[in-house]
Amino acid sequence: MAIDSDVLVIGGGIAGLSAALSAARTGADVRLVSEAETTLHHASGLLDVLGYPPNADGDGPVVDPFDAIGDLPDSHPYAIVGAGTVRDGLAMIDDVLGETYHGSHTDANALVPTHGGTVKPTARYPAGVTAGLASDDRDILLVGFERLTGFDAGVAADHLEAAGIPAETSAATVEFPIVVRDDAKVTRYAHLLDENPTVDGAGSDRRVRAALADAVEPSVGEAERIGFPAVLGVDHPAAIRDELEDRLGAAVFEIPMGPPSVLGGRLEDRLYAALDDAGGQIESGGGPIVDFDAEGGMISAVYMDRSGSQIPYAAEQYVLATGDVAGGGIDSDRDGVTEPIFGCHVPHPDDRYEWFEGEAFGEHAFAEFGVVVDDALRPMDEGGTPEFANLRAAGAVIGGYDYPAEKSASGVSIATGYAAGRRAAREG
Amino acid sequence: MSDTQRGDTTTDRAETDADVESDEEGYEPRDVFDSTTEMDLRAGADNCTKVGTCDAECPVAEVNDDFPGPQFQGPEQWRLSQKGEVEIDDSITECSNCLQCDSGCPSGVPFSEMHNTARAKYVLEDQPLSIKKIRNRILANYRTSAWLASKLPRTANFFMNNGAVRWLMEKTMKIPSEREFPEFATQTFREWWAERGGEATSKERAREARAERGGAHVQSDEKRIAYFHGCYSNYNTTEVAKAMVRVYESLGYEITVPKQKCSGTPMFANGRVDDARRHAKVNVEHLGNAIEDGYDVICTCSSCSLALRQEYPDLFDLEGIDELAAHTYDAMEYLRIHEDLEAELAGAEAEEFPDVAYHAPCHSRNQGLGRQAVELFEDVDGVTVTDVGDSCSGISGTYGWKEEKYETSMEIGEEMFEHMAEADAEHGMTECPTCSMQMEHGTGYEIHHPMQLLDTVLT
Repeated sequence: MAIDSDVLVIGGGIAGLSAALSAARTGADVRLVSEAETTLHHASGLLDVLGYPPNADGDGPVVDPFDAIGDLPDSHPYAIVGAGTVRDGLAMIDDVLGETYHGSHTDANALVPTHGGTVKPTARYPAGVTAGLASDDRDILLVGFERLTGFDAGVAADHLEAAGIPAETSAATVEFPIVVRDDAKVTRYAHLLDENPTVDGAGSDRRVRAALADAVEPSVGEAERIGFPAVLGVDHPAAIRDELEDRLGAAVFEIPMGPPSVLGGRLEDRLYAALDDAGGQIESGGGPIVDFDAEGGMISAVYMDRSGSQIPYAAEQYVLATGDVAGGGIDSDRDGVTEPIFGCHVPHPDDRYEWFEGEAFGEHAFAEFGVVVDDALRPMDEGGTPEFANLRAAGAVIGGYDYPAEKSASGVSIATGYAAGRRAAREG
Repeated sequence: MSDTQRGDTTTDRAETDADVESDEEGYEPRDVFDSTTEMDLRAGADNCTKVGTCDAECPVAEVNDDFPGPQFQGPEQWRLSQKGEVEIDDSITECSNCLQCDSGCPSGVPFSEMHNTARAKYVLEDQPLSIKKIRNRILANYRTSAWLASKLPRTANFFMNNGAVRWLMEKTMKIPSEREFPEFATQTFREWWAERGGEATSKERAREARAERGGAHVQSDEKRIAYFHGCYSNYNTTEVAKAMVRVYESLGYEITVPKQKCSGTPMFANGRVDDARRHAKVNVEHLGNAIEDGYDVICTCSSCSLALRQEYPDLFDLEGIDELAAHTYDAMEYLRIHEDLEAELAGAEAEEFPDVAYHAPCHSRNQGLGRQAVELFEDVDGVTVTDVGDSCSGISGTYGWKEEKYETSMEIGEEMFEHMAEADAEHGMTECPTCSMQMEHGTGYEIHHPMQLLDTVLT
């Protein structure tokens, strides 16, 4: 006996969620398992497709990522699934995220200022980010908080100036109401803005949002838009933004932050809720998948290790969405590079010293380590035959592309996840 | 590891650094740290990348600005303690041991191990004697109080919830007078079990059920479970234990109830690793004997299963402790693995069971079991199980039973109370005994256990 489903998705990041969502939406009985809590709440919340061409060597960002897909090498995951599937996958995510995300009105990349003052090309972004786009020429005021260590408004403003954005940028750092500890977490700010309690000691019924606006007011000057670190609420971001805009008489936007990230957390909540609504079963934090049974080239069950007991999960079809070296979906040691669950083939040079470059930002071979898939996204062995007829891969566990350099992590995860999930559901 | 003598007051788990393997090229990694005979948490501290998820997930840090948070309590304090004799900061007693930091960490930092180790050192070596310290030990050893109360349950129930007594307990023992004491059963589960005929009766009933269900396996070596009931369902909510017995027997399982003591959960949370180890010894021995006879161990309390599975092998080096962890399951999880529950529940109805707002205890979520109850009862007619989300109830075992923590405990629970109020239900459901106390305390709802719903549906 085992815990059953038609489709079993292993991995709880964007690739796993996209696979589970697309399978569940076709009516299949889907279960998503992840070893630990998802790391989506570490992500910026931006959904990119392709920011830079492969091996860009200083080229500027890609203007139209969909256009650029045609120029990619055949081995690139986008080339394998095709531009149409990239659009279909994004359309599914657009549908799920609704008005909380923007960017679907155009094929062109948007340029989003980040907490470090860099500019990131991306295809989709949270609604709260919209007023901050770097292509806009309205003057910007960046606001930091005294005790929020993850964002320095002055440094970010200087960097944006240096990047040559068309807007004048100024900066202010203010005391956030109520917060007294030096290392308060972003969630603390977000919850205070959500709940909007009265500010003690003010002697009136002044609340947090009003007090924050009052603190920022003297610095607004000529600025037509004001950027805050992305801590403007977990539950009510739109209402918080509206109120601050009203009080300050300028557009308000959020700047994507590092981990733990409120924008990433909001994205995680929405995607998981969507999977729940679509009837998918979710099990996170139970432990890693460590073993499997196979008969006649088909996987019949996988085993989760939970404190030494092996919990069996059985399905007709499996999707491997465990990530790359950083995510734990690809493993390496002194002897070589492997895919640890099913032992799928991962091409890599025999000589370990060829896995990386001397330069920190050099073209490292390890960045492209991953399984090689056929047109149906099935991982293939060294001879080009599918490892298992009912196993597909999605996201960064697939090799052959360098997502940190290309800025293509979310897009590849969404497109391959969408395609793998649909195929699994059709055959499951 | 430094040379400071910490004695053997804490834990007895020795670990060596990296598993040293030499490859063909004759590469021999050098062990640069002194080998140690006590638990080495270095690897855990080194894994910390200071990403801050632990602090963001911590329900106590969320409501208490003075609490440094798990990143300090775990890796940072451990590093400090390597610099010689450093007293553990007394803020460690503010941690409620919910372990949300443990499941939230992307780098595998063993928070539960680190907190338990630090707390034990603080309580056993650094904490000055006080009323609170004595009270904590009494709370930690709840089983002892419960055992006493079970001798005169009606008297105990009368006194424990008498206003004057409660006022006196707050004044003298720092137990919050707001809390309602749990009712003691007039007959313990073990007394009921013995009266019913113990193992022999269970064998008989399981055999009858198997004959009725298919008849093929009248003898069964497979379907045997050893029940670890813990303290609460033995002395207080015996109906949960009885529901489990009925459900399992109706599916053809023979049950044994081995000799056992407290799982140790309240002891870990109060730094009494010394007490926990004594109890663990008894549990590992008797449950281990059952495992050797082909039984798997099941728990109805999520903190008990977490203790046996995770905290035992983390903290103690007892013969058979890893086998016990590998053979312990949550009662519902075990049935999901070994039975086709979906088929059993297909077309079932539970008209007489109230709709419930379900709260997944932190210790269920830590085991990856936070959604099974909602999933399981999805298709049962006549009952709606609404998930109230991943908030912490805030009582965290004995934590909310301390007068100085009461307010924090209720503040943490606020989100859960709100979600329960919003849910379309006037009753609650959870696996954890103290979560259920808090749910009842904050909403006035009557709280059930998933086993009771399963009992209603299946038997």
